[in-house]
Amino acid sequence: MTSTTTTTPARGTGDPVLETVGVTKTFGGVHALRGVDFQLAPGEIHALVGENGAGKSTLIKVLTGVYAPDAGEVRYAGETRHFRGPSDAQDVGISTIYQEVNLVPLLSVARNIFLGREPRNRFGLIDVRSMNQQARELMRELTIELDVSKELGRLGLGAQQMVALARAMSVESRVVIMDEPTSSLEAKEVTTLFTVARRLRDRGVGLVFVSHRLDELWELCDRVTILRDGRWVHTGPLAEMSRLELVSSMLGRDVEEVASEGATEFGESHRRSEEPAMVVSGIEVRNRLHGIDLTVRPGEVVGLAGLLGSGRSETVKAIYGAMHTDAGEVTVSGKKVRANSVRRALSAGIALLSEDRKAEGIIPDLSVRDNIALAVLPRMSRAGVVSEGKIDALVETFMRRLQIKASSPQQKVRELSGGNQQKVLIARWLCTEPTVFLLDEPTRGIDVGAKSEVQSLIDELAQQGLAVVLISSEMDELVEGADRIVVLHDGSAQSELDSRNLSSSELLRALAGDRSTDSPRGGQTGGPTDSPTDSKGEAS
Amino acid sequence: MTDTASPATTGASAPESSGRSRRVDSDWVRRNGVFVALVLLLLFNLLFTDNFATEGTLRLQLVQVAPVLIVALGMALVIGTEGIDLSVGAVMALAAALIPLYIGYGTGVSIGISLAAGVVVGLIAGVLVAHVGVQPIVATLGLMVAGRGVANLFGGQIKSIRDESFRELGTGSILGIPYVVAIAAVIAVVVGLVVRRTTYGRQLVAIGGNKLAAELAGLPVKRVLVTTYVVSGLLAAMAGILLAARSQASDPTKLGLLMELSAITAVVIGGTPLSGGQVRILGTVAGALLMQLITATLIFHNIQDSWAQIVQAVIVIAAVYVQLGRGTTRKSRKT
Repeated sequence: MTSTTTTTPARGTGDPVLETVGVTKTFGGVHALRGVDFQLAPGEIHALVGENGAGKSTLIKVLTGVYAPDAGEVRYAGETRHFRGPSDAQDVGISTIYQEVNLVPLLSVARNIFLGREPRNRFGLIDVRSMNQQARELMRELTIELDVSKELGRLGLGAQQMVALARAMSVESRVVIMDEPTSSLEAKEVTTLFTVARRLRDRGVGLVFVSHRLDELWELCDRVTILRDGRWVHTGPLAEMSRLELVSSMLGRDVEEVASEGATEFGESHRRSEEPAMVVSGIEVRNRLHGIDLTVRPGEVVGLAGLLGSGRSETVKAIYGAMHTDAGEVTVSGKKVRANSVRRALSAGIALLSEDRKAEGIIPDLSVRDNIALAVLPRMSRAGVVSEGKIDALVETFMRRLQIKASSPQQKVRELSGGNQQKVLIARWLCTEPTVFLLDEPTRGIDVGAKSEVQSLIDELAQQGLAVVLISSEMDELVEGADRIVVLHDGSAQSELDSRNLSSSELLRALAGDRSTDSPRGGQTGGPTDSPTDSKGEAS
Repeated sequence: MTDTASPATTGASAPESSGRSRRVDSDWVRRNGVFVALVLLLLFNLLFTDNFATEGTLRLQLVQVAPVLIVALGMALVIGTEGIDLSVGAVMALAAALIPLYIGYGTGVSIGISLAAGVVVGLIAGVLVAHVGVQPIVATLGLMVAGRGVANLFGGQIKSIRDESFRELGTGSILGIPYVVAIAAVIAVVVGLVVRRTTYGRQLVAIGGNKLAAELAGLPVKRVLVTTYVVSGLLAAMAGILLAARSQASDPTKLGLLMELSAITAVVIGGTPLSGGQVRILGTVAGALLMQLITATLIFHNIQDSWAQIVQAVIVIAAVYVQLGRGTTRKSRKT
């Protein structure tokens, strides 16, 4: 991968309007950013990409004055700046547009655009007429059709973001940072948003664009900066990059590189029967999942792969009833499971080990014992009174089987290491005797020893006939651990790897969504042909 | 790290104590401080208060603390779910106001109706919190205002209650123990067992500890929350009835006034954290006794009642401070 600044003319070549030089930021000893250099030129749309933990959001927070860097500096228009807070950054002309719009929903569109700078009449009151007039002109310029006197809160999220952009334009921002603006927008709204973004670019504004949707990058952006593990990896024109190149440098894997076998504790493929343990069909979650189908057989480990934001966690949460689904059906052992109910899913035999151990898993102040027995309390009780003997026996069995290291079953779970906490949670779910076990990043953030123990445990469980769905960001783990891998893209299952083509390089290709190598989608920025789905007018 | 075997010397070794020993110490103080304070105050009174160690004095103290304790036990459960119930004082007034209206139908009937009123208020609070998603403090604040309003509508002004068996409930004893005290003691034991031994109790503590995790573990979160507010309403109604029985009158404007604060105080100084996830019943009992004893001590020594309130306030702030100290050190100890 090359990191040269190329001689491509036009965009991204002027003196940077906003840059960071060697920015480092640590949180409690963990490096979120290590010496990152980033340059945003005026009149370009600059994509910022990276996987979880790459440091994107930290970098954005440094750029917008939310965090002060520990080392290195932020320069705006060539001058070193020490922002003391987000308002400092706003005052010099850096606007940020988040997924959630931070405007005032009860005020009109025009009021929001001119908030704090409303035109006044000679009595010092807000001159509504001229304010609305100016707002209308601004909207016309951006080709947004909106009633500027309407309450902002009554508009759709997409329209609200246009208003945020219009505000950025009216305060004459020289930098606009768009942090995942499209993640909850409809396709048509996205098109309009992009049109407005391009218009801003053509007026010389520098835009930073963060999105998990890879297609959008080539559609909108001129250059890209890739971060990985808090480090700068690459900056260059997007048109010169293929999807595969982009994804492999995001993941830090070479396309040619072949994974050394035995990097994980996973064994060979598992014996499986033909009768499916779970069949998932047509799961829909508005703006997130689009018709997910999934079949898992007893004794089979099915991997779910995808880049950040592809809908992996959402898929398992939807199956488990923990995320509201709009359509779709889940059957376990041939029986239909009622949707949108965790308790139904649990009693049907589905268990979910969630990704966020702290927020969604452990109950920190309870003992190891109580955490393990949590989900099966009713089963361990008679007439509402808990049978301590039964629980002790159960807890002892699982603590020994999973080798949970705690001073005693009474030790508080928050005092355990991450790996042991994870084992406690796995024990909690195994107590429920599941038919299907959904594992969302089971080995993230735990030490190497615990990691291999968890991996061999998953293997063992599958061999005993459990149906397992495994989500992992680690390619080795998926390639060696799974019998099949379903690859998700923007909320739908795009491809599937099975024993015939299960390899790291195939997975990488699938993750990049490379249908064939000779279809560079980028380049024609601002061109009229880049949206195949929408042939109507841009704004409506 | 040096051996910290003598936990009584906590405050003194401030500057050199490291984060860990500080955490242990403040945790110890939070759990056991109330018992130490109670013993010290008892000793003080035994030594310096005339006629303290008489049956009459001790009996009076217990009779006076009983209603507060009953309310505090319900409050402890609610606080264990990371909630709060401000409506208890109003529920007491409402329950007491209903007694004179229905006492004509029989003592049992009127008590039953009063208890049912407490259940209804608790049910409304529980549904608002669990199903509608209103914050506990807002939901119960509304019920606190509305409840007292309804009590005033029913009761009007002070009404004396003339009923022999109702009077007996307030003033009689069993085996030398006043009914009021016996009832409070039984309730304390029952609530203690419920928290430790039942599915409901375990689930309650888990929900207070991490609601999202409890939901994902398939716990009946809404049902547990509603039940908890119903229990709190029921216990508050019981306390109101006992108070009315003792004074043989109901005064809807005064009865149970500020009781929510006394109950919360007893729970908090008893070591139950406001952040939920723990319920300390023995601590709550000790907390209620301690507050009662502070007031009594000041009265014995002819110090104005208002001072008792100020002292109580200082103790509450100190108790919450101890909790906070623990909270911050815990956050900084990421794993």
